[in-house]
Amino acid sequence: MENKTFTISVYSENNVGLLNRISGIFLKRHINILSLNVSESEIENVSRFIIVVNTTEKWVHNIVGQIEKQIEVIKAFYHIDEETIFLENALFKIESSLLFDEKQIQNIIKESHSQIVTVARDFFVISKSGQRAEIESLYEKLKPFGIMQFVRSGRISVSKAKMEISTLLEELKQEPV
Amino acid sequence: MENNKISGAEAVIRCLLEEGVDLVYGYPGGAIMPVYDELYKFKDQLHHVLVRHEQGATHAAQGFARATGKVGVAIATSGPGATNLVTGIADAQIDSTPMVCITGQVGKHLLGSDAFQETDIIGISTPVTKWNYQITEASEIPEIMAKAFYIAKSGRPGPVLIDITKNAQFDEIEFSYKKCTSIRSYNPKPTLNLEKIKEAAQLINTAKKPFIIFGQGVILSEAEAELKALVEKSGIPAAWTILGLSALPTNHPLNVGMVGMHGNYGPNVLTNECDVLIALGMRFDDRVTGNLATYAKQAKVIHFEIDPSEIDKNVKTTVAVLADLKESLTALIPFIESKTHESWHNEFKAKYEIELEAVINDELKPKKEGISMGETIEMINKHSKGDAIMVSDVGQHQMFACRYAKFNSTKSNVTSGGLGTMGFALPAAIGAKMGMPDREVVAIIGDGGFQMTIQELATIFQTKVPVKIVVLNNEFLGMVRQWQQLFFDKRYASTEMINPNFIAIAEGYYIKAKKVTKREDLDAAVAEMIASKESYFLEVMVEKENNVFPMIPTGASVSDIRLC
Repeated sequence: MENKTFTISVYSENNVGLLNRISGIFLKRHINILSLNVSESEIENVSRFIIVVNTTEKWVHNIVGQIEKQIEVIKAFYHIDEETIFLENALFKIESSLLFDEKQIQNIIKESHSQIVTVARDFFVISKSGQRAEIESLYEKLKPFGIMQFVRSGRISVSKAKMEISTLLEELKQEPV
Repeated sequence: MENNKISGAEAVIRCLLEEGVDLVYGYPGGAIMPVYDELYKFKDQLHHVLVRHEQGATHAAQGFARATGKVGVAIATSGPGATNLVTGIADAQIDSTPMVCITGQVGKHLLGSDAFQETDIIGISTPVTKWNYQITEASEIPEIMAKAFYIAKSGRPGPVLIDITKNAQFDEIEFSYKKCTSIRSYNPKPTLNLEKIKEAAQLINTAKKPFIIFGQGVILSEAEAELKALVEKSGIPAAWTILGLSALPTNHPLNVGMVGMHGNYGPNVLTNECDVLIALGMRFDDRVTGNLATYAKQAKVIHFEIDPSEIDKNVKTTVAVLADLKESLTALIPFIESKTHESWHNEFKAKYEIELEAVINDELKPKKEGISMGETIEMINKHSKGDAIMVSDVGQHQMFACRYAKFNSTKSNVTSGGLGTMGFALPAAIGAKMGMPDREVVAIIGDGGFQMTIQELATIFQTKVPVKIVVLNNEFLGMVRQWQQLFFDKRYASTEMINPNFIAIAEGYYIKAKKVTKREDLDAAVAEMIASKESYFLEVMVEKENNVFPMIPTGASVSDIRLC
């Protein structure tokens, strides 16, 4: 079975230690997490993890099963890229003088649909949202001029299909055990 | 006005009492002292057994849980006390044993400061617990303890660790307790889908060579009667994994024996000839399946399982029945047609004859001068009449015990299956005997494993718990030696043991002890041991270089099982 990029979405309670518990499941299979993002979800007090890995479908199936088994995990899903809308965010810190000395930079910024977030005397900061390839292409273009700092966020994504966590939580609430 | 507040430590004890706990295993230390102070006050209601190493507390709690079906409880202090629990917790996790471990922790204000005996036991235990939680406020105690017991016991059981900071043990709260009955993010009992039952029944009824493999799920869901009813109605030959052993009496005519690396010849070989494989509460461990690429490829697989993450994990199923096993078997049985599968049974019988000739006769009636492990187990069967709980350690003796033990009733085989923890048996036997005081409990241990938790002889002496201990001494780490012989050209690297005088050691703990070196003395010695009202230590000197067969070498197919 060939390796593919999978986006794993995990809906969970917002508890201390859960990140460790989830990352351990990747660790024990010796899988490197390509990117990780944790935030609030559309439901109050429910967190959402977005984890990107490169592995086989069989393994991602097993991993998602083992994630979902954790007590505080409400539901976990996995998707291939075609099934999600996803992007990453990047910040580039660049010397201010270049804005005036190297006129192409202005064109690069414009063409890449990135934004200048701030301009200070010594540096300015560009923010770029998009897919990995777009960010990488911008990085390559800016690199020759010198990048003072670069940082890229984890992938955030929403699935095209419904996830129906709210319905699930409602059902759980009503089900007497 | 009366002060009706109690300390967090007392709250911990009251929670245990609310959960019906009357026996805990543990070892005191600085960060858990407030709880021990309360144990002292509550000693009439809650019996604490002082083990001699915290690992012993976990294994004793496991032995208790496996023999009774209840939750075992172990208590330890912070730092080394807590880390010493880890092996037992990992063992309970992989063998689905319900256990609650309570550890003391440094005060909340000291967390993260590398304080004396501070260790991040939450971080350490996370991968090997079903759930864990650090309590830093006394007010959390009732709710968290209730959750701990609910999680440990429900669904697929497992170990839970609750770490309680010292301030939370001292602080006072108004106590009220409510049992936990649900957690919104946790669904321990999947709803049975009747359509799946019908699909399963259809496959089973049309099968020419159906084959059942049952695991510990039968015991955990207390579905022994349903298993027996299914097997008898369907006429399907049924084999077991070592954790499933004793769920169906070993002398039941449809019980065809053990699957796996050292299992019986027929069940292993015929796994690759059956047309429908019915897996009941088992997880297709690699020691059961051998090479997955050649495992039961010809068969349609029906997997009855409570844990969704086990479905298709190792073996692709045709029909997955996700539910508690007792519930699913109860639903299944009415759809099953009565059959006998006579010619299919004859194949098992023929294979058994081969194994009898090639392996079993030599083991049970050896021609060699030295005593065999198998004949010792057979002797225990004779005197216990199959009514004893057998607690085995890990290695050759464990495989002999599982292969040859006779069991009339369930929850009789206590062994470390998934983790393979040497040193498990002695403390686990203590727990099993305390949980089931009216049953005979015999620990079967190798000379290697015995020395890993030998200090628990002191627990036996102090508590006067009448467990019977059999050490099968071959002066080798026998299983590793067997592999060295078969796969490493007899290079016996660090497997030969020069042992101490075990009799003197047992007697040093004031335990009655006897050593048997000759076959003619074995019968009387085992009889004396079983008849003893007190704990008894029996050392049997066995043949040094015997091997366990049959054997599926690692990575080989179940059909390539070796008889010699």
